[in-house]
Amino acid sequence: MSNTSLATGHEGTIGDQVKAYFQRVRSGEMGALPAVSALILLAVLFSSLSPFFLTKLNFANLFVQSAELAVLACALVFVLLLGEIDLAAGVTAGVGMALFVVLNQKMGIDPLLSVIVALAFGSLTGWIMGLFVAKIRVPSFVVTLGFFLGFQGLQLIMLGDGGIYRVDIPAIQAIMNSNMPEWAGWAMLVVMVVASLLIGLWDRSRRTRVGLATRPIAMLYIRLAFMAVLGGVAVAILNQNRSVSIKAIAGVPIVIPIVIVIVFIGTFVLDRTLFGRYLYAVGGNPEAGRRAGIDVAKIRITAFIICSTLAVVSGLLHASRIGSVESTAGRTIVLNGVAAAVVGGVSLFGGRGRMMNAIVGALVISIIDNGLGLIGLPAGINFLVTGGVLVAAATIDALSRKRSGGSILRT
Amino acid sequence: MDTPLIELTGIKKSFGPVDVLKGIDFTAYAGKVTALVGDNGAGKSTLIKGLSGVQPFDEGVVRFDGNDVHLVNPKQASNLGIEVVYQDLALCENLDIVQNMFLGREETRTGTLDEAAMEFAATKALQSLSVRTVKSVRQKVSSLSGGQRQTVAIGRTVLRNAKLVILDEPTAALGVAQTEQVLNLVRRLADNGIGVIIISHNLADVFQVADYISVLYLGGMVASLATADTNYNDVVGYITGTKSPEGALS
Repeated sequence: MSNTSLATGHEGTIGDQVKAYFQRVRSGEMGALPAVSALILLAVLFSSLSPFFLTKLNFANLFVQSAELAVLACALVFVLLLGEIDLAAGVTAGVGMALFVVLNQKMGIDPLLSVIVALAFGSLTGWIMGLFVAKIRVPSFVVTLGFFLGFQGLQLIMLGDGGIYRVDIPAIQAIMNSNMPEWAGWAMLVVMVVASLLIGLWDRSRRTRVGLATRPIAMLYIRLAFMAVLGGVAVAILNQNRSVSIKAIAGVPIVIPIVIVIVFIGTFVLDRTLFGRYLYAVGGNPEAGRRAGIDVAKIRITAFIICSTLAVVSGLLHASRIGSVESTAGRTIVLNGVAAAVVGGVSLFGGRGRMMNAIVGALVISIIDNGLGLIGLPAGINFLVTGGVLVAAATIDALSRKRSGGSILRT
Repeated sequence: MDTPLIELTGIKKSFGPVDVLKGIDFTAYAGKVTALVGDNGAGKSTLIKGLSGVQPFDEGVVRFDGNDVHLVNPKQASNLGIEVVYQDLALCENLDIVQNMFLGREETRTGTLDEAAMEFAATKALQSLSVRTVKSVRQKVSSLSGGQRQTVAIGRTVLRNAKLVILDEPTAALGVAQTEQVLNLVRRLADNGIGVIIISHNLADVFQVADYISVLYLGGMVASLATADTNYNDVVGYITGTKSPEGALS
C-alpha cells in the first residue's frame, strides 16, 4: 500500500493549531465563543455603568445566584443534545423539594434520606417522561408540558395553596450561604489544575503509545497556566473579606466546588463514555445510531432520567439559597435554564453542546439579571434583554448549523 | 475461477401475490467487483435486503465462503462479514470521521473510550484504501463532501473486517471528480481481497469498475457476464428486455 499519511488535527506547531481553530470557528463550529464574548462584553458594560458591579461582594453573589441556573442548564444539556426538551425540569425540582420538606418536616424523616427520596423521585419522573418520548414517540415538548402543568398541581396539593415551608436544616442552608475556609479554596484550585494536568498527560501517553501525533505540549501548559491564573484571581478575591457589616464574610462559596464536580462528571460522561458518544450520535442522526446497533430508546430514556435527577439537585440549591420551599417553585426558572444552555452554545437541534456551554450561558443570563438590577432598571427591561439575548443565541445556532453544512430539518 | 465468496441458488421472494424474485442465481467473488444492474422494480433492492438480512429470502440456498447460511437478521449478516453501504450512508454529521467509523463498535479501555486506538485503526483503514482526500480524520462529517462521506462509509466496512461489501448506488449524487474518487476506492476495496457488489444505474461507472455484470429483469437474472466479454449495447438490451438471455439463465 502507499504510505500516504492522514492528518489527525494534532500535528503542527502552536501557530498551526491556532490557525486550525480559527478555521473551525469560521466554518461554524463556534462552541462557547459567542457566549464568552458576550460575558466579557456584559462585564465591561456593567462595571462601567454601576460602581457596585465590580465589588467583591457582588462577584461572590454572582456565582451563588447563577449556581442553581447553571446546574439546571447542565441537566437540560442531556435532553437538548437529543434535540428534545424538558419543560418540566423546573417543577420536577419543585415537587422534589416539596417531597423533601413534607418527608422531613411533617413526617420527621432524616434529612439525608429525604434528599435521597427527592432525587429518586426526579429519576422516576425522568424515566416516565423518557418512556413516553422514547417508546411511544410522543413529542417531548408535549409530554413535558403535560408534566409541567400536572406537577404545579402536585405542588399545590402537597404544600397547600400559597403554602411555603421554611428549610432550617443547617447542612442544606450551608450549601448556598456558607464559604469554605481559605486554604480549602486554594486546595480546590490545586486539585483542579493537577487533575487537568494528569488527564492531559494521560491522553498524550495514550496517543504516543500507538504512534499518533500529539499537540505541542506547550499548549497543555498554556491552558493550565490560564486556568491557574484565572482560578487564582477568583480564589484570591473570594478569600478576602467582602462583608459590608462587622461580621466577616470570606472564602469560596461551598456551592462552587459542588458545581465544578457536577460539570467534571458530566463532561467525563459526555466525552469519554459510550453513553456520551451514543447521546451525541442519536442527537445527530437517530437512524444512523439505530443502524449502528445503538439502543436508541435506552439512550433517550437515560438522558431524561439524568436531566430530571440533576434538576432536583438544582432545586436543592434553590431551596438552600432562599431558605424555603414554596408551592410555585420552578415555574419560571426552566425557561431560563433552556435559555442559558442555548445562549452558551448548546444546539436546540440536538447533537451539539457541552457542560461548559451551559455554565457560560448561565453566567450570561445571571450577569444580565444582576447587572440590570444594580443599575436600577425595572424588572421589565430584564426580561426584554434576556429574551433578546436568547433570540440572538438561537439565531447564531441556526446560522452556524447552516454554515457547517447541516440541514435544519432533522430526519 | 475459484469458489465464489457468495453463491445464491434459486432465490425466491414474494410480497403477497407479487413475486419480486423468481428463483434467481447469483455469484460474487472475493477480490472482484460484481455489478448488479437492472431497471427500477427489477428486484435489486429486494436482493440486497435479503443479502443483508433485513428481509430474509423465502426460498433458495445461500452459500457464503463455502458454507450454507441462512441470512435472517442484519446482525448475523454483519457477523459473517457482509456489510451494506446504503445510499443515505447513515452517518452522524455532528461526529467526526473516527467517531462515525467506530459508531456502535467503539473500543474502550477501563470503561472509557479509547480514542487513540480508534484514531489509529481508522487512519490505518483509510490508508489501506489510499484515501488522500480528507484533511484530517478528526474532521466533522458535516464539513465533508459527498464523495468524502462515501469514503467514510466505505472505510467503516473495512474497519469491520467485511468480506463482502454491498454498495447501493454509491455514485448517484456525485459530480464527475468525486465519482472518479469513489470508483477508485471501490477498485482498491476489491484489490484488498474484499468481494464487492455494486448497484448502479450508471453503466459508464459499471463498465469502468466492475469485473462481472449481473442483470436483473422483472425478478429474473437474465445475464451474468464478465465485463470483458460484453458491451454497453448488450447490457442495455438485457436491462430493457429487448435482448433475451442467451445463456442457460432465465
